[in-house]
Amino acid sequence: MIPANEVRRGKNVDTITLTIDGSELNAEPGQTIIQVAEANGIEIPRLCHDPRLTPTGACRLCLVEIEGQRGLHTACTRVAEPGMDVRTSTNEIRETRKTIIELLLSEHDPRCTTCDKDGDCLLQDYAYEYQIDETRFPSIPTHAGANYTAGNSAMRYDAAKCVRCMRCVKICAEVQGVEALTLRDRAGSVAVTTGFDTPLYDSPCEVCGQCVSACPTAALYETAAAGQGKAKDLVKTRTTCPYCGVGCQLDLNVNVATGRIVRVTSSPGVVPNDGNACVKGRFGMDFVGKEDRLTQPLIKEDGAFRTATWDEALDLVATRFTEMKKQHGPDALAGLSSAKTTNEDNYVMQKLVRAVFGTNNVDHCARLCHASTVAGLARAFGSGAMTNSIEELRRTPLVFVIGSNTTECHPVIGILIRQAVAAGDTTLVVADPRKISLTDIACCHLRHRPGTDVTLINAMIHAIIEEGLEDKAFIEERTEDFEAVREAVAECSPEEAAKITGVDADDIRRAACLYAQAPSASIVYSMGITQHSTGTDNVLSLANLAMVTGNVGKECAGVNPLRGQNNVQGACDLGALPNVYSGYQKVDDPDIHAKFEKAWNAKLDDKAGLTVVEIMNAAAQKQVRGLYIMGENPMISDPDINHVREALEALDFLVVQDIFLTETAELADVVLPARSFAEKDGTFTNTERRVQRVRQAVAPPGDARDDWSIVCDVATRMGYAMSYKDASAIQDEIAALTPIYGGITYDRIADVGLQWPCPDSGHPGTQFLHEGAFKRGKGKFHPVRFLPPKEMPDDEYPFVLTTGRLLQHWHTGTMTRRCEVLDDLVPHGTLELNPADAEKLDVAPGSTVSVRSRRGRITLPANVTERVGPGTVFLTFHFKEHPANALTIAALDPIAKIPEFKVCAVRIEKVG
Amino acid sequence: MSCACEIDMSLAGGVLDSMEEKRRGEGRSVTTQDLIPLLQEVQAAYGYLPPPVLVWISEQTGIPTSRMYGVITFYSQFYLEPHGRHTIRCCQGTACHVKGSKRIGEAIKQELDIEEGGTTDDMRYTFEAVACLGTCFLAPVIMIDNDYYGQLTSNKIPAILASYD
Repeated sequence: MIPANEVRRGKNVDTITLTIDGSELNAEPGQTIIQVAEANGIEIPRLCHDPRLTPTGACRLCLVEIEGQRGLHTACTRVAEPGMDVRTSTNEIRETRKTIIELLLSEHDPRCTTCDKDGDCLLQDYAYEYQIDETRFPSIPTHAGANYTAGNSAMRYDAAKCVRCMRCVKICAEVQGVEALTLRDRAGSVAVTTGFDTPLYDSPCEVCGQCVSACPTAALYETAAAGQGKAKDLVKTRTTCPYCGVGCQLDLNVNVATGRIVRVTSSPGVVPNDGNACVKGRFGMDFVGKEDRLTQPLIKEDGAFRTATWDEALDLVATRFTEMKKQHGPDALAGLSSAKTTNEDNYVMQKLVRAVFGTNNVDHCARLCHASTVAGLARAFGSGAMTNSIEELRRTPLVFVIGSNTTECHPVIGILIRQAVAAGDTTLVVADPRKISLTDIACCHLRHRPGTDVTLINAMIHAIIEEGLEDKAFIEERTEDFEAVREAVAECSPEEAAKITGVDADDIRRAACLYAQAPSASIVYSMGITQHSTGTDNVLSLANLAMVTGNVGKECAGVNPLRGQNNVQGACDLGALPNVYSGYQKVDDPDIHAKFEKAWNAKLDDKAGLTVVEIMNAAAQKQVRGLYIMGENPMISDPDINHVREALEALDFLVVQDIFLTETAELADVVLPARSFAEKDGTFTNTERRVQRVRQAVAPPGDARDDWSIVCDVATRMGYAMSYKDASAIQDEIAALTPIYGGITYDRIADVGLQWPCPDSGHPGTQFLHEGAFKRGKGKFHPVRFLPPKEMPDDEYPFVLTTGRLLQHWHTGTMTRRCEVLDDLVPHGTLELNPADAEKLDVAPGSTVSVRSRRGRITLPANVTERVGPGTVFLTFHFKEHPANALTIAALDPIAKIPEFKVCAVRIEKVG
Repeated sequence: MSCACEIDMSLAGGVLDSMEEKRRGEGRSVTTQDLIPLLQEVQAAYGYLPPPVLVWISEQTGIPTSRMYGVITFYSQFYLEPHGRHTIRCCQGTACHVKGSKRIGEAIKQELDIEEGGTTDDMRYTFEAVACLGTCFLAPVIMIDNDYYGQLTSNKIPAILASYD
């Protein structure tokens, strides 16, 4: 069979013609009969077929007749041929299917009366459609064997409802790339299980729930969904996942009677996730309905919160901010917007800070993840976003992943890379100080020391030039200042680089040649590159690498920062940054300044404001006195949180608007309850610049309100009337003022989101950037030289601490720590420590250790593992019980002002 | 599952080393496509397939344990539990049935004091009834390991069984 993407790419464009049920139909070569039928609205029954999987031919329900050929044929395995005459529903076929369903039911315990999937079960549908006789064959009891799902909190397997279609086994192997499942035994005793019946959570399973989603019956189902509502009574609302920047399209299945999200599903074919989701998307939505959601405004009096009415709270907020502005000037106020809230919320928040507060002191957590991307790529290319699309990674000949633990932090992009490698379509090169899941399938793992990225990349460029593999025509026509880079890398031979990075010179050469010689190559990176005091330099050197080889400005070749939060791209796009309005329009550009003053009818500041860490420093020094935080939790997320606490406590007035009483909200003077993503309308922009819809699925708890509407009320009470009919009206204002969003309306993105730049209503959106010319004209090379991280290990603090994320948790844990399955999977953090170091320190696996830096100390269990190299330890920052950011250093990149989360020095001690 | 500490892992190491050397000669490494011969050799070394050994092999080769388990439970030739040093397979095909295979089976069970599918306490024999050994001209027939014994009568059983240690 020809892979679907080959067909999409326009190869083998000669279509063939065949007849199905009397209609003459066109098909692409390699399509199976069932694919052709489906594309033309002809329904053929199937249990084992799933468009994401290779054909199985196990269930036999898709049998069809082919004129001139004996017997019946399975439409899911049979490739369509020119001139074929296929019949899908003759009496003979129907009788055969009826018998097959009756036989399946004899091995199936049809307990539809108590089944959660009642109404969403293919076996039930076909049994009804074919009016089968349940008593025709004697019921065969299912062999009871070891059940690999016994006792786990995520999912259950019921062999009595299993039709052995293998969808679960195959989706785990072919789509997820994990292969945790198999079929055990033969004939009547076949059952789904793991290797040696290992309990699911102890197996390689990633608990993505893809198996549950693929099951055509209720053999696999979500533990928590049992008894919460039959499938037929649930209402599905399509929305965008609130976790990472992939932007998976999910269907929230809501029981209207209880107002609860019962399960999360998705549909094959949706962009960008094709029906796939990860453990957080599938099992991480119960935070929405938690009892401890904020439901009423809170005002702090004498050190304790009391509930308040909206009027009371909003008046207090407006009065205090107005007073402070009058007394200390506009720059004494600041706002932190949020990469978790919608584009509309962000637009309105930055408008409040700029038009009403009168300052540009607005920023958000993008400062902590990809500020260096925005700064670096804007300098090199003119635009700081992912150059290509997610889908292209499935067919990119070479993918170079550096500083991205993709399968954990952007899981659905991770599985796409796994699929591409497994299919033999992609060569994978990974550079990471840690062993990660992707290094298992990489042809080359460059395990460089944390903070030595510039040296590694310069050495690759050195090797490319040395071998004469640079793209001279591209450099000549499309770029400038190449000579400066040639000089800068001249002294950085792979041999020299080996001393600094710890990577073998031959490996650097090999990776460089693989990258340069591939027909097209994409760089995928994330916070391993950006969260350094040299973050901008790191990004610039990746841009150099791409331009030297001409790997940018075309399909399947580019520089692709994977954005962290669900809407961090959108929050940046909408101007929640201190130096730009929406669409990266600079505040210090007189024309732009005039345009916004006119549009907003307000006097605006024309100098850039303060960034996140600068706001905290200014607060500690009493320069910023009033702070409005929307949907952020700096008490966990920011570096050196002891300093953050001092800063927040030094404020005269702190307002926190959130869905839970976070560690930051506890310090606030006023807390405002907001709606969660599941309770609001709006848009998120994903990492590939795709603006996608967020839709309300459930009612908000108590008096919780839309973020934008709260912000509008604060503005209005401060004397600047601001109101919108709904989120869509905000989007219309955004489109009018923001060229890259100019063509985006809710109508156009109802089914599939649009990728900016999308300047007008006729524009189809932009799949990849910089085609023909860079946004800034010519691509600009920037010579970059290695600078060591700010805090290097010494005798007192001998280990390098690097921080990151886990698959099962999200950022400050506000949402995921409240999700039963996720917190059950990983209830606490651990310190990853190399076995050699553990032996030296006499630390046993699982025993408690103390981790101390110059800024703080935490204690937690040790995870002794080869994932980290000797001398390096790793922590995730999700856990408030032992917050990694008590240790990290607030050393900033001089250009992007991003803190160095990835390197600081610590001391490890055995406790007790 | 047996405890890993009681199992001599060096046997598995030897099996894997020799197979890796063979594959190197063919210019590739040991992969999932080598699974069945690999399992056969491991079973030859241990007499059965100890799961801890297979987990170790999975870590070394990247062959998922799920794939191993599916294959092992599908084929009756693979054993996950300790098995007798010798395997008696008693044919139950049509020709053998007519020629009195039932009496042969009874004689074996009586002689060894075990049931069908069982293993003697001294781990000498495992006794299995199988569908057909494909040697109907020898009916009734049994196999012990790779040896055929045909045209049997029950009184020949004790002497045959005594000839294996």
